[in-house]
Amino acid sequence: MSVRPLILLFWLWGTALAAQGFAGLGTDAEGFAIPQRGTELTFPDDHGAHPDYRIEWWYLTAALQGEDGRDYGVQWTLFRSALEPETGTGWDTPQLWMGHAGITTPNRHFVAERLARGGIGQAGVTAAPFEAWIDDWAMTSTATDGDQLDALTVTARGMEAAYTLDLAATGPLVFQGDLGYSVKSASGQASYYYSQPFYEVSGELFLPQGPVRVTGKAWLDREWSSQPLAEDQTGWDWFSLHLNDGAKLMGFGLRSNSGVFTSATYVAPDGTPTPYGDDALTLTPLTLTEVAGRTIPTEWRVQLPAQGIDVTTTPTNSQSWMDTLFPYWEGPLRFTGTHSGIGYLEMTGYE
Amino acid sequence: MKRAAFSALISHWRKHPIQLVSLLLGLALATALWSGVQAINAEARASYDRAAGVLGQDELQRLEPRAGTISLAQYVAIRRAGWLASPVMDGAINLNGTRARLIGIDPLSTPPQSSPVDLSGDGDLQAFVLDGLLFAHPETAAQIPATLPPVRVTDTLTPGLIITDLSTASDLLQTDSFARLILAPQQSVNLRPLSELAPDLLLIAPEEGNDIARLTDSFHLNLTAFGLLSFGVGLFIVHAAIGLAFEQRRPLFRTLRALGLRKSTLLTLLATELFALAVIAGTLGVALGYLVAAALLPDVAATLRGLYGAQVSGALTLNPAWWLSGLAIALLGTAVAGAQSLWRTANLPILAPAQPRAWAIASLKSLKRQALVGAGLIALSAVLAGYGSGLTTGFVLLGCLLVGAALTLPLFLHVALNFASKFSHTALSDWTLADTRQQVPGLSLALMALLLAMAANIGVGTMVSSFRVTFTGWLDQRLAAQLYVTARDQAEATDLARLLDGEVDALLPIRYIEAQIEGAPGQIYGIIDDITYRENWPLLAAQPDVWNRLAAGDGALVNEQLALREGLDPGDPVTLGTAQFTVLGVYSDYGNPRGEAIVSLDQLGAKGAPIQGFNFALRLPETRVDEVTNLLTTAGLPARNIRDQAAIKAFSLDVFERTFTVTGALNVLTLGVAALALLTSLLTLSTMRLPQLAPVWAMGLTRAKLARLELLRAIILAALTALIALPVGLALAWVLLAIVNVEAFGWRLPMTLFPSDWIGLFIAALIAAALSAAWPARRLATRPAADLIKVFAHER
Repeated sequence: MSVRPLILLFWLWGTALAAQGFAGLGTDAEGFAIPQRGTELTFPDDHGAHPDYRIEWWYLTAALQGEDGRDYGVQWTLFRSALEPETGTGWDTPQLWMGHAGITTPNRHFVAERLARGGIGQAGVTAAPFEAWIDDWAMTSTATDGDQLDALTVTARGMEAAYTLDLAATGPLVFQGDLGYSVKSASGQASYYYSQPFYEVSGELFLPQGPVRVTGKAWLDREWSSQPLAEDQTGWDWFSLHLNDGAKLMGFGLRSNSGVFTSATYVAPDGTPTPYGDDALTLTPLTLTEVAGRTIPTEWRVQLPAQGIDVTTTPTNSQSWMDTLFPYWEGPLRFTGTHSGIGYLEMTGYE
Repeated sequence: MKRAAFSALISHWRKHPIQLVSLLLGLALATALWSGVQAINAEARASYDRAAGVLGQDELQRLEPRAGTISLAQYVAIRRAGWLASPVMDGAINLNGTRARLIGIDPLSTPPQSSPVDLSGDGDLQAFVLDGLLFAHPETAAQIPATLPPVRVTDTLTPGLIITDLSTASDLLQTDSFARLILAPQQSVNLRPLSELAPDLLLIAPEEGNDIARLTDSFHLNLTAFGLLSFGVGLFIVHAAIGLAFEQRRPLFRTLRALGLRKSTLLTLLATELFALAVIAGTLGVALGYLVAAALLPDVAATLRGLYGAQVSGALTLNPAWWLSGLAIALLGTAVAGAQSLWRTANLPILAPAQPRAWAIASLKSLKRQALVGAGLIALSAVLAGYGSGLTTGFVLLGCLLVGAALTLPLFLHVALNFASKFSHTALSDWTLADTRQQVPGLSLALMALLLAMAANIGVGTMVSSFRVTFTGWLDQRLAAQLYVTARDQAEATDLARLLDGEVDALLPIRYIEAQIEGAPGQIYGIIDDITYRENWPLLAAQPDVWNRLAAGDGALVNEQLALREGLDPGDPVTLGTAQFTVLGVYSDYGNPRGEAIVSLDQLGAKGAPIQGFNFALRLPETRVDEVTNLLTTAGLPARNIRDQAAIKAFSLDVFERTFTVTGALNVLTLGVAALALLTSLLTLSTMRLPQLAPVWAMGLTRAKLARLELLRAIILAALTALIALPVGLALAWVLLAIVNVEAFGWRLPMTLFPSDWIGLFIAALIAAALSAAWPARRLATRPAADLIKVFAHER
């Protein structure tokens, strides 16, 4: 990988990581819109892009089991980054797009990445009918009634592997934080954040040794903001857990020089969310693993006493390293303890 | 002992400073010409490599349209099918009168191998994609007007090239389509094949990328051949000077050996001496070569730009490898030139006469043997001319011809002098001729150098002059119209046509598209049927009724380059873009390295590819040129879009003249080197010839008279050499015109003879010989009589 695009992309999301937060999410919001508490999210419009915000993503993780009995994981993410808060037309569009795709098997982790300019049709998102795409990768609504996100087909393709998944939601959209207004630091930085955690998945992975049919559970996160991190926050550890009783748990810890800011949402099997502010969730690293020359905690103890949750997570593949322009760790896991189930872990900002 | 011996050997040079100077100068000149040419070639090649590498076309595959451009929609369709392709806009913009190539890239999709500019600085990418930022070589950056976006200077780009973002390029080039797509080296799995997805695009392999290097190869081979010729001629001088220095020191060698110096030590000392001289002369030569290259490079750059559109910086960069190779060639040259002398010294019998004898007088037998080899080489060159093909063969042919002619020269001189002596009536003239014949072996190397220089002069001169005559005539035919006007788009073209209706005698629309012609990029022109073409167009071969059939859409005309490259004759099929045409005729198209074809305007329009040029040729009385020009500029057409015939002709001829500046300069230098070789040889001989002259002097001939005879002798030999140089030179011209040019440039020129030039050259050669002989002759005239008497007293 040449250094040039790496540096180039660092610029896209800011420059010095330590000073400005992971991937520049802590930069100033000059000219860009800022999330406001109490704003009501409306659908399907908010499934689409928000070009007046600096950054936005459509983030799908699927914890899967193959017909061969092994655990697998799939990631599909589309990032939007605006150089200026304008829609623009043609090549003059200041909207840039980045796609990440990952396939995790117990012993391999396949990564692919795409970059595209907005305004020419190479990448983008339409709210209705819903489609998010970059090049040949696409997340397309197959819903006939109800919400556009109730049913999706997701495909992506890399140098060695590819996948196609069909998703069907068994529950409603879930707002994170205060009705979708999610606070990201003690000093009040926030984003709009909602999820669809209730997908049942079936599909096929095309691996170098041949195709594998898979089934499992998927979780879609939608988030946009202009400055979601505080200046001194350096990275995060983010969990999405599918509890065996049908409930879901989203929890994250944002690391900074002054400590960890945590946040969690417990989602009952019927979709009712219970948000928890700082300190309700405790994340404790248990096992450190050498990954891509870094030391990364790959097994965790996750505690949410308010819901009686105390579990230990184990990754399917501790080397789930996304070797992209901003590298990070992202992979499927299983957990046991007071509850058991499957889920996904994302860890950023480990140098 | 060693030190004493060495200082004894070295003392020779103190006594004979002229010899030292001629040895050093000869070697330095030979090295200078050779390394100068190498420096020019290296600089040009580096420029081509930079140009080739700038977008990674030397490493990456790319997609190009068979005709026209690639639309944005097609690019997006290819991306959405999963292919990792990066779009490139490529066009020309006008910078205050000079044209520059503008390339637009998308920094997000550009594969790392093809990243031409560095956007790693803080805010660079934002400036590049949002505000507009141009990257250019300093020479080009200086020409970019302030009205364009800001410029960032970079040395990694070739001059005449500007790199910018697609958003900026699409504004400046007024286009939203692409010239090509660059494919990333690694692609995703399970992709739909490109041949299905985009059947109208050609997949071009990376190794075909460096068109410029391929096109200009012949030009550089030309230069190299000239450099080699100059080097060879320079070695004649070195050989003569070394030979003299060794001959004169024979008594010294003998004395040193008699004093007990081992033979191996003597040889080591002599080799060390030669090595030191070679290093000094080589260093001097490389420095001179740098000056030669720096002086010639701007012209070479202009030539390459004019002929091939290749952008080469006019500034020379130094590199250590080049210095070292220059020194190495000087050492090699010295080794070659000194080998014979060292060998003779090694075989010197210790009791051999110490008398410096005149150089071994080759027997008639050895002259014949030499001439036989020469005749064989000439015969070989004739065979190559008949059956060989390819540029390298062309140069081998030239080499055989020149060396063969040089080898036959001594026998020719011998026979000619024999023949002349039949008409001699006085004892003095008998003696003079006989003595001249006696001198031939000693002077033969210098005379061969003179022969080569003169033949090259005649050959290249004839080629250039033939070319000039043909080219000027061709320009008159080709540029039959008085004004050439370029509209910026279809709408403006329509307006212009309406405006000019009734103002001019004839309004000839000329349109062209960029297209693949038989698998290589070229241009297809569309013209209407007009008397102008019928009367003037320079057709080399044509089918009957060619113009009517062209107008009817029966086929196409192709240029000579394309016809020669693809072996096309009238009646053959040719693939233009995606369609097949019949070749109706072949026209000459000097100065264009690419294939080109002409079809009727209607057919060009029917091809559906976007028209890239909206040109008009206007025929009107010469007196109304200014009036019509004013009419057009008043109507809002920029002055740079209107070119009159005289301006185009002047420009074309200027390109032409600059093309041959280099050859002309090398020609003169080679002749100079040959004259120097003659001077050195004569100087060498003059001291040795005293034993031959002394008896004649003793018989009553004055020293002044003897000196005049020496001068006359040199002139006779030069004249005879010039006589044989003429046919050799003409043969050379024929090879250059009929073989080398065809291979190198793709066109064949009729040969025109210029006898007045020959007379000039003949006189120049005689003057050069007289000048070379003047100094030795003067030395003889002013020699103390005692020297001549000594000849009789000496141990001989």
